[in-house]
Amino acid sequence: MTAVETHPHDVLVVGAGGAGLRAAIEAAAAGASVGLVCKSLLGKAHTVMAEGGIAAALAHVAGDDKWQVHFRDTLVGGKLLNDPRMAEIHAKEAPDRVRELERWGAVFDRTRDGRILQRPFGGHTHPRLAHVGDRTGLEMIRTLQDRAVTAGVTVHMECTITRLLTDAGRVIGAFGYWRADGRPVVFPAASVVLATGGIGRAYEITSNSWEYSGDGHALAYMAGAELIDMEFVQFHPTGMVWPPGVRGLLVTEAVRGEGGILRNSQGERFMWKYLPDDRRAEYAETDEEADRWVEALTEGRQTDARRPPELSTRDNVARAIYTEVREGRGTRHGGVFLDISHLPAARVRQKLPSMYEQFRELADVDITQTPMEVGPTMHYMMGGVRVDAETCATTTPGLFAAGEVAGGMHGANRLGGNSLSDLLVFGQRAGAAAAAAAEVRPPGRDVPQAQVGQATAELEEPFDVASVEDPNRIHEDLKATMQALVGIFRTAADLDAALSRIEELRVRSRNARAEGPRSFNAGWDLVFEVRNMLLVSEAIARAALARTESRGAHSRLDHPTAEGIWEGRRIVVSPAGPTMRIETTPVAPLPDELRALVAQG
Amino acid sequence: MEEMLLWVFRGSDRDSGRYFEYRVPVEEGMVVLDALHWIQANVAADLAVRWNCKAAKCGSCGAEVNGRPSLLCKTRLSDFPAGEAITVEPMRTFPLVRDLVTDVSWNYRVNARIAPFSPPAEAPEEAWRWQQEDIERVQEFRRCIECFLCQDVCHVLRNHETEHEFAGPRYLVRVAGLEMHPMDQGDRLAYLRTEAGAGYCNITKCCTEVCPEHIKITDNAIIPLKERVADRYYDPLQVAWRKLRRRPDAGQAPPPTGQRE
Repeated sequence: MTAVETHPHDVLVVGAGGAGLRAAIEAAAAGASVGLVCKSLLGKAHTVMAEGGIAAALAHVAGDDKWQVHFRDTLVGGKLLNDPRMAEIHAKEAPDRVRELERWGAVFDRTRDGRILQRPFGGHTHPRLAHVGDRTGLEMIRTLQDRAVTAGVTVHMECTITRLLTDAGRVIGAFGYWRADGRPVVFPAASVVLATGGIGRAYEITSNSWEYSGDGHALAYMAGAELIDMEFVQFHPTGMVWPPGVRGLLVTEAVRGEGGILRNSQGERFMWKYLPDDRRAEYAETDEEADRWVEALTEGRQTDARRPPELSTRDNVARAIYTEVREGRGTRHGGVFLDISHLPAARVRQKLPSMYEQFRELADVDITQTPMEVGPTMHYMMGGVRVDAETCATTTPGLFAAGEVAGGMHGANRLGGNSLSDLLVFGQRAGAAAAAAAEVRPPGRDVPQAQVGQATAELEEPFDVASVEDPNRIHEDLKATMQALVGIFRTAADLDAALSRIEELRVRSRNARAEGPRSFNAGWDLVFEVRNMLLVSEAIARAALARTESRGAHSRLDHPTAEGIWEGRRIVVSPAGPTMRIETTPVAPLPDELRALVAQG
Repeated sequence: MEEMLLWVFRGSDRDSGRYFEYRVPVEEGMVVLDALHWIQANVAADLAVRWNCKAAKCGSCGAEVNGRPSLLCKTRLSDFPAGEAITVEPMRTFPLVRDLVTDVSWNYRVNARIAPFSPPAEAPEEAWRWQQEDIERVQEFRRCIECFLCQDVCHVLRNHETEHEFAGPRYLVRVAGLEMHPMDQGDRLAYLRTEAGAGYCNITKCCTEVCPEHIKITDNAIIPLKERVADRYYDPLQVAWRKLRRRPDAGQAPPPTGQRE
């Protein structure tokens, strides 16, 4: 075998979105040699699509906001299934991470007294999201990208990782191929940080980009790591539903944060009906009170009015919209109306420029004049690789995970804005811990030849004559299965059916074929991505079947209420030979002082 | 179902590559990228095209549609006359890799040479307070999604009109965003005059026309930068003043750092 191209690093970061970039910057600052691998060009990762903002208790708009309130909101939104220590670290450190971005060149929208402006979002007690119009993710990724390049991080662009390399259960590097020409490449490393995002491409209707094929979840699992909370898949309430070409494209929650109203085809403001009783007191009681809240927001002043019902948590709003449509009160194209046209047109264009542009260019709709049509779209994976709250270390030595690929932070439902802050807070921690681990135990020099040989052979298999299955068909069948059977509402029968279909698809995927040159060959890429999507989809369906209750984003029609026996229990998925082991484990108990905070709500 | 005819450039070499004809079924609201995805899923799984967000937010899918530099995800099939073929080609300014994918790594190398954001080491908290109207220009520049369509259309780069390096509209926009940032203390005028070659732009505004983010690249970024360079290096009063103070070149950009592969 000819020697495979090799790039050793102390720390290898896989994924160049917010978490990966932040981890790389931190590890480089600690003196580690850092490699950053990404499937796409630098600056194109999914973070770039984030719109609404970064949640942090800066207290610039609501003076009485503080980390304790942010922590409480996060746990209430996550139905107390969040890892409490992660939620605490997140709420405490998010403000520093936002201020740090500003020091690195980010230019956020301003309050009247010149500080970083914060906007309201669902489930947040106070206006809390630092933002730049509705393109906050772009601002974040560009700032981090420029910082990482200056910090001396070596960027390996357009490279797909297909295997983690291990030695006696420890991760010692990664194997992949260059997308430009298909050549294999090995990255020996003392520490590997996964920051690969989510799994949206397993669903038909999703706001996620092509990179989101669950690569990190699958790589970690194949290296022996545990996954948690996999049943909790977030359907964002508002994706575009028309025209078909743009179905699923995200309509930012900032539309509701700025005063957008949801109505069904009968003109009814239906969210009033869906507010959960135990949270009703946090919301306005009448249209008039909700209007006063919007007015105060627009004028940048405080008010005693409570927030509109549209700012309920995402799990709740998504179920409400789904239910309205299912019961026959949907629009012609199977959505509901989201209306912001009552605000002055100039304000809409200033605060929601990319929404204005998106609807004008892609749907011929002027949102300053006409309501949008929206419906739920698969958006985010709460579940992920189990990590230690302090260090983001996974259960596999040498392997770290941060951002969407990591589980535990968001529990059963993530609040909007808590993702960008999660990326920064835990990206920083993962980078620091990965660099520290590399210092103690520098990268080995020996590449495990047998594993590299096997991984190289795997790259070639799809071109064998024996490979006959079209990966596009497998992918289409998987998407249809997950959309229909593992969606917003689930039943045991549907989940059983989904699992047997996934098993059939897995058998087919072993013979997935590719043809043509290796360079940017989308079909060849898909062979490996489909393998990852199938693995993660199985984990989602198995965890969803195991949790015989409804909680947060997980709704079972055959178990429609939250059950006491499931309170504070999470599901762990781990490899047991060729089968998936499903176990439950208690969430770490809340320390007394934090318990008191939650009780205050 | 209605069909549309696409001629898609395919191959790894500009000379030997050729245009393949594809008939694609059309749904309402479809964009060119949807048509290419249909081709990948049904006819040519190995068709090479970059894309990510399909929402005009990441700038991955720049190419030339009927000769015009465009984002494939934002160009609707219904914008073209029914019955006429649509031609899709790779961006012409950059070396071809395969099909619709070009090697844009040169852009990243240019970027790495720009002196980064340089705020004062010590500044009172108050200095970090800015009025919204004071940062709106900088925010306009920071809307750039790095699709490189402005680089593609710029005739200086496209026709290799200079033997010297020319950073191109994208990076003049980036420099403008740094130079006009309220806290930045870097000085990139020497860089603009020499390495970035700001003088090579002759203000034809083609870049502004193709920018999917509607950034007024020429008027708001390039012309003000050219004026700053002219004021420092060509204003007779400034030149005399510098001679008097024996500072031949006040504007040394800090050395670029960072590396990239």
